[in-house]
Amino acid sequence: MDAATVPPDGTTPAEAPGRRPALLRLVRDPTGAIGTLFVVLIVALALFAPWVTPYAPDEIDVLNRLSAPSPQHWMGTDQLGRDVFTRLVYGSRIALLVSLPAVIAGALVGMLLGLVAGYYGGWVETSLLWLFDVVRSFPALLFAIAIIALVGPSLFMIVFIMALTRFPSYGRLIRAQTLKIREEEFVTASQALGCSAPRVMLRHILPNAVAPLFIQAAMDVPVVITFEAGLSFLGLGVPPPTPSWGSILREGYTYVRATPWMIVFGSGFLVVATLGFTFFAEALRDLFDVKIRNEGSN
Amino acid sequence: MIVYTLRRLLTAAGTVIGAVVLLFVIIRLIPGDPAVVMLGPRASEGMIASMRARMMLDEPVHVQLFAFVANVLRGDLGRDVLNELPIMGMVLEVLPYTIVLAFGSIVLAVLIGVPLGAFAAAYRNSWLDRVTAFVSVAFITVPPFVAGLLLLLLFAVQLRWLPVSGGGTPGDLVSQARHLVLPVLALALTWVGYIARLIRSSVLEEITKDHVRTATSKGLAPGRVLFKHVLRGALIPTIAVLGVGFGNLLGGAVLVEIIFNRPGLGFLILNAIESRNYPVVQGGLVVAVFLYTMANLIADLSYGFVDPRIREA
Repeated sequence: MDAATVPPDGTTPAEAPGRRPALLRLVRDPTGAIGTLFVVLIVALALFAPWVTPYAPDEIDVLNRLSAPSPQHWMGTDQLGRDVFTRLVYGSRIALLVSLPAVIAGALVGMLLGLVAGYYGGWVETSLLWLFDVVRSFPALLFAIAIIALVGPSLFMIVFIMALTRFPSYGRLIRAQTLKIREEEFVTASQALGCSAPRVMLRHILPNAVAPLFIQAAMDVPVVITFEAGLSFLGLGVPPPTPSWGSILREGYTYVRATPWMIVFGSGFLVVATLGFTFFAEALRDLFDVKIRNEGSN
Repeated sequence: MIVYTLRRLLTAAGTVIGAVVLLFVIIRLIPGDPAVVMLGPRASEGMIASMRARMMLDEPVHVQLFAFVANVLRGDLGRDVLNELPIMGMVLEVLPYTIVLAFGSIVLAVLIGVPLGAFAAAYRNSWLDRVTAFVSVAFITVPPFVAGLLLLLLFAVQLRWLPVSGGGTPGDLVSQARHLVLPVLALALTWVGYIARLIRSSVLEEITKDHVRTATSKGLAPGRVLFKHVLRGALIPTIAVLGVGFGNLLGGAVLVEIIFNRPGLGFLILNAIESRNYPVVQGGLVVAVFLYTMANLIADLSYGFVDPRIREA
């Protein structure tokens, strides 16, 4: 980064709100920088897992069971002698494979329902809001446990359930935005010009309402990652032998008296991921929410 | 206030009934005989027949639904598949453990989080504020079950200061309290972080308001202004978040109960899943939803009680 191109405080009002300065500001903020770094790290580990790891994730070494960290096994081995570091790196794939589709699906469904609720109002809005409240009234984890207990654990089910439990928050968010934007003159104008309702909603309202959705989505990624880990910890997540952070913690819990290392390193990976995405999302929010930014800098 | 209370009560009732209907629908949506779905593959012919009769599967769907909702509302959650005990009794037996755990965590989190947030705001940008900000985020991002695992590892397994598992000897308060420490701490940490942050930002907002300036200008001590005038307004968003947070707390409690091998609602539900005792899972879930809705209701009502502007809106 060239120091001369960026003002010392990085947030002067004169700065153009273009794409590049926004990205620069994100990285200049300490929490934003740490967040971005951790997120990039986790994504890179997931993408390049086979090249980063010294072993295969299901390579068994019975002679070296439950061993402490050593030059051969940086983070020790599990009860089957599998390399914990390798399994944790592959676990980041599962974390992202669950969280990204779940958040995207939940955001899409919530977005459409929120648009419809805010645009039409009346009984449509009332019943959709009620639906949001009912779904939110289910403690998400218990709900997931109940369904998975019936249909059996799978990657798809976790994604499906997470999308199902997350969509109401997006719905409420977009509805509130739509309510505000619906009253704007350009919306009235597009209606007067004869635009169909879907066109008004998707072309005119949505682009002006969607920004907070991205921030909410970024905030939801660590929630979903934690959720998957929790389910896998209970043995209701991704079925073995696929390595997931939650199932590695489960094994660490089972063998807690033999070796503390699985819990220590497993928690470490999980916390780096949740901390990274949380910091990233918060930096993003501060960046786009002008009110918060000004308040923070005076 | 009466209209507001009534409206909130109606919404809460609608939510609970909606949730019960949803449970009903889930069982019916799964392919196969709903009675077999409930009982699992090992059920005998006789068990399936009696479950079919109980679920009234020969009647039209709307009759089944009506009977199901009516049963739940009367407090009849059905019977355990294995020992034929009424599920309501089983739930009521373990419920106090979960409530003590959840309530203890909330109280601890408020006791630590509120002063932490208030002082961080009062001494804005001081080292105390920075440390609080860091600790808050750290606490928020460590999920309760991970906190539980780490606490268990450190204080129970390595240092042996506190018991590893169980709910304590019945009747022995000291033993029960010792068994409560780590689970409560594991659940509370996240909320300490949330509450501290929330209180900090709402104190900063409240501090700029006119009534606070008046209180300061009439010569009240800063501490008194902070705790009597600022915090009252700042607590409102916190109460709302606590209500919503109770659901997450219940979810976290399930995992924490499992980790510390502690009796409770989550432990009951998870054991029922492992023994494929689905009616117990369903019953436990209904009670959990009920608890969650009640927490939300109480939060909303106290919200209206603290802030008259809300109940008139």
